[in-house]
Amino acid sequence: MTKQDPQTMPRSAVTEKIELGLAKRHRRENIFRAFGLTAVIFGFILVFFLLFDITSKALPAFHQHWVKVDVNYSEKSLRYAAGDNLADLSYRNTLRKSIYETFPEVKARRDKRQLNGLFSSNAEFAIKEHLIANPDHLGTTQPVWVRVDDDVDVYLKEVEKLGEPLVRIDQKEAQWIKTLVDNGAIEKRFNIEFFTSSDSREPELAGVRGALTGTFLTMIVTLVLSFPLGVAAAVYLEEFAPKNRWTDMIEVNINNLAAVPSIIFGLLGLAVIINLFGMPRSAPLVGGIVLTLMTLPTIIIASRASIKAVPPSIREAAMGLGASRVQTTFSHVLPMAMPGILTGTIIGMAQALGETAPLLMIGMVAFIVDVPSSFTDASTVMPVQIFLWADSPERGFLAKTSAAILVLLGFLFLMNASAAYLRRRFESK
Amino acid sequence: MNTVMTSENLTSGDIVINGSVGTPFCDDAKMSMRNVNVFYAENQAIHDVSLDLAKNQVTALIGPSGCGKSTFLRCINRMNDLIPQCKVTGSFVMDGAELYAKNMDPVLLRARVGMVFQKPNPFPKSIYENVAYGPKIHGLATSKSELDEIVETSLQKAGLFNEVKDRLDKPGTGLSGGQQQRLCIARTIAVSPEVILMDEPASALDPIATAVIEELISELKEKYTIAIVTHSMQQAARVSQKTAYFHLGKLVEMGDTKQIFTNPSHQLTENYISGRFG
Repeated sequence: MTKQDPQTMPRSAVTEKIELGLAKRHRRENIFRAFGLTAVIFGFILVFFLLFDITSKALPAFHQHWVKVDVNYSEKSLRYAAGDNLADLSYRNTLRKSIYETFPEVKARRDKRQLNGLFSSNAEFAIKEHLIANPDHLGTTQPVWVRVDDDVDVYLKEVEKLGEPLVRIDQKEAQWIKTLVDNGAIEKRFNIEFFTSSDSREPELAGVRGALTGTFLTMIVTLVLSFPLGVAAAVYLEEFAPKNRWTDMIEVNINNLAAVPSIIFGLLGLAVIINLFGMPRSAPLVGGIVLTLMTLPTIIIASRASIKAVPPSIREAAMGLGASRVQTTFSHVLPMAMPGILTGTIIGMAQALGETAPLLMIGMVAFIVDVPSSFTDASTVMPVQIFLWADSPERGFLAKTSAAILVLLGFLFLMNASAAYLRRRFESK
Repeated sequence: MNTVMTSENLTSGDIVINGSVGTPFCDDAKMSMRNVNVFYAENQAIHDVSLDLAKNQVTALIGPSGCGKSTFLRCINRMNDLIPQCKVTGSFVMDGAELYAKNMDPVLLRARVGMVFQKPNPFPKSIYENVAYGPKIHGLATSKSELDEIVETSLQKAGLFNEVKDRLDKPGTGLSGGQQQRLCIARTIAVSPEVILMDEPASALDPIATAVIEELISELKEKYTIAIVTHSMQQAARVSQKTAYFHLGKLVEMGDTKQIFTNPSHQLTENYISGRFG
């Protein structure tokens, strides 16, 4: 018997009927696939643009221009007398004199002030530290590298691109900068201070360490409180609580709680935790408690769904062996539900990580220069830091804002990666 | 051929179940159940059932689907406690102790009355862990070597040891269906129960795996009292010494397996075992 071509093969009425509809069915399937693919591609493009835009804006923040000043550590300008503490000398005076010596042609008082403005306000401390580190340089002239002012930094970074001076730098200043560049007195360095210093009003000095530490401490408080509480609540509601009107009501309320605007939790934190319980303002401890309130519903809902998804046969198997409810829960149900619980936790934590509004209410929006060293120190967090910098008029903060966003995304990525690692471990068991 | 009889016209028709016939009681009973009624909310699943499980014998519970035999089995080790709205009345006595008494701990009870379920349900852990779990929670082994020994003998009794001895650390869920079921039996044996309840243990298995399980059951009855729910009458005939026929939540007839299958007293039993419905 020879094989027949399916097209010409004799067919029954039913087969013909099915065939009539086939083209339509295939078309529908193709349309749906195309839709799905378009959605995925669209999402990818959006994420790509977001990351590309932020990264390109953030890159300048990772470099900082430094300028070399030949500092004349003369005892006269330092107003140094034998036996004086090196920390108490007149460095501002010395720095100015040294700068004027570099530009002897600048005479007018106004011009001199403008010239001073090219150097970071931090420069006098830099030359002070240099002398304290090298006391034998007293009385000599030494080249010391100091930061340029943020306007100069932005100008140097953008003049190549734009080719014209910015509003904040006038012709005269541009000429001085050109002289310095031509003399090789300007250098671009990696801005390690962005990661090692805290917030500052001066963009060239501002860094993320304070906010990053604050975020870290706040997240620890949130995790330590919300994970055990959330999982315990979910386990109790799912495995132990009787199913009645009360538990139904609790379930409805937990779902509602997940939808409460986050600033309400901030108000609650302010009214109850700070005003009633007298905990310190702006502290990671309070921030963590407030974010716990916000994260709990998410963790409870995800954990309950995950616990519910554990097949009842596993519970029966354990109970049938004589395991108690608690033993069944902890040795079988929880480990099986753990991947889902971790997913819920990471979603909740990611939400908490990016949360600004409730933290504004409890004072974590303050301008804080110190790196917090404990859970009760005043501190701020990354999203609030981003908000503060984005709000600042100085152009130097533009790149810092984007760079801080990158750091926040990096933090999020690390957090997710560790959760994914834990998930993998639980799944492989 | 015969007219197909549905379970409905069996009771609404001329055949009425009026108490059970046969010999539901015996002298050397391990467990005695009397006047058992089970309700799921408003629904009564078991109506006034009384029977004995004879010591070191296999008792088969047979009957059409939904007749309450699984429900009855699960009441024996109080697994139905886990189902809210399930109410059990009547008396369950094992070795003179009432199982539903206030001071009876269901945890201890379930250690003494083990259960094997219809669908193999190994824990998603290693083969070793599966068997070791019971002895561990009950503290039956004081040392690692003792635990190893319990695991090994349990697997041997379940006829699985030779097949898995090289991969005790591999997940139990990776075994074949029949092996998984024998693993579950090994897990049950590991806590040395006195009674083993089996809820259609071979229904998900192929004939070869079924034969292995059946052989295993015959061996196990030397040490344990066994109650088995099954849909296969051949299986009941092969493995059991006593058979109880359930119908619509009532015990219709109980007696020696040989007698039930060759010369049933009740019309319903005869209809069922002769394959007229079910």
